[in-house]
Amino acid sequence: MEERERLKAFEQTVLPHLDAAYNLARWLAGNDHDAQDVAQEACLRAFKFFGSFRGENARAWLLTIVRNTFYNWLQKNRPAEMVGELDDEALAVEDVSANAETVNLRQADAETVRRAIGELPAEFREMIVLREMEGFSYKEIAGLSDVPIGTVMSRLARARKLLQKSLAGEFRSGGAR
Amino acid sequence: MNCQQAGPLIDFYADGELDAAGILELEKHFHDCPACASAWRNAQSLKKALKQDALFFAAPKELRQAIKAELHSQLRTTSRWDFWNWNWLSTTTTGVAAACLALLLTVTLTRPSAQGRLAQEIVSSHVRSLMANHELDVVSTDQHTVKPWFNGRLDFSPPVKDLATHEFPLVGGRLDYLGGRSVAALVFQRHKHVINLFIWPTKDADSEPTARAPINGYNLIHWSHGGMTFWAVSDLNEKELMEFARDFGAN
Repeated sequence: MEERERLKAFEQTVLPHLDAAYNLARWLAGNDHDAQDVAQEACLRAFKFFGSFRGENARAWLLTIVRNTFYNWLQKNRPAEMVGELDDEALAVEDVSANAETVNLRQADAETVRRAIGELPAEFREMIVLREMEGFSYKEIAGLSDVPIGTVMSRLARARKLLQKSLAGEFRSGGAR
Repeated sequence: MNCQQAGPLIDFYADGELDAAGILELEKHFHDCPACASAWRNAQSLKKALKQDALFFAAPKELRQAIKAELHSQLRTTSRWDFWNWNWLSTTTTGVAAACLALLLTVTLTRPSAQGRLAQEIVSSHVRSLMANHELDVVSTDQHTVKPWFNGRLDFSPPVKDLATHEFPLVGGRLDYLGGRSVAALVFQRHKHVINLFIWPTKDADSEPTARAPINGYNLIHWSHGGMTFWAVSDLNEKELMEFARDFGAN
């Protein structure tokens, strides 16, 4: 009976965030099949550890598990893609935002933007998903991805510069759309 | 402020993480520096491009079903085990009585306040509306369709507004039941986030929108105006939900 109550509580507090879980897994894994595997495993693990959930932010809690599940999965299935410690400095990009001509990114179609996000390193990509699609604060992202808040800020800034650069490039090479 | 100082602040501003003093200084700098002003416009348009609904991947139906099925099958395995154990244990009825007493005590001691209970009820109602995928009795983005729909179904007439121009489009409305009475629920959307706004009459004086402690990751904002009480609930972040509350309250 107690187990049944636990499942009911889990279905009411955690499972409503399945869309967010799948979205993060989908952006990290890069395809639907692997994303479903990761999201499913993450949800089953979440249920197993539901006892340790203290009723704080269920979405952040679930996404933390999705993230960890993904990186474990990556190590097992695509070890070549594990970057280990990401060298943030090595990924420095020239500052394009200050002197680039204003490009109307608002007009950028979803397919183009999707490709640009997909080309980012996973550590940058997840920052964009957590900040822009999920609306988490810097502090929440830091807690969720277990990095200092300063790293969140610098990764976000770099991710955005890379995106602006690749999207501006798209527009130049693709002409007016 | 010079360009070097302004650079990193532009992102913080765009993310809503800059304090009022910083915003003032930065705005002043934009006024004097076209390059930074253009960087600010770029930051905003990038943000818009990244927030397109089409970029969000919703969980496929089969995934949802597979997870539920797996969880329920785990449950069946464990509950058979529980039952078997239970037969063993129930021979000692005193243990059962003690457990019941302990449970009763826990329930009594952890019973939340009336407001807390209401907030909990509101969140449950919000979650139910999402899970059933039937959050709407009347589907319309037109406030002039939604408002008359409530007439005859409720003993009061809730204010209905479309906030599409504020990027909180109205999706529809439904009847709900909270705190022992029928209430109006208006449903709005921001990107993929659903906002339920519950409305019913009150004798309380007008009050400003106030954020309540989040429950299970859902943010809650409560206010009263013109004899009506309002509760907005969503998984949207608190800042944007507050924006919604203010936009709805403003005339």
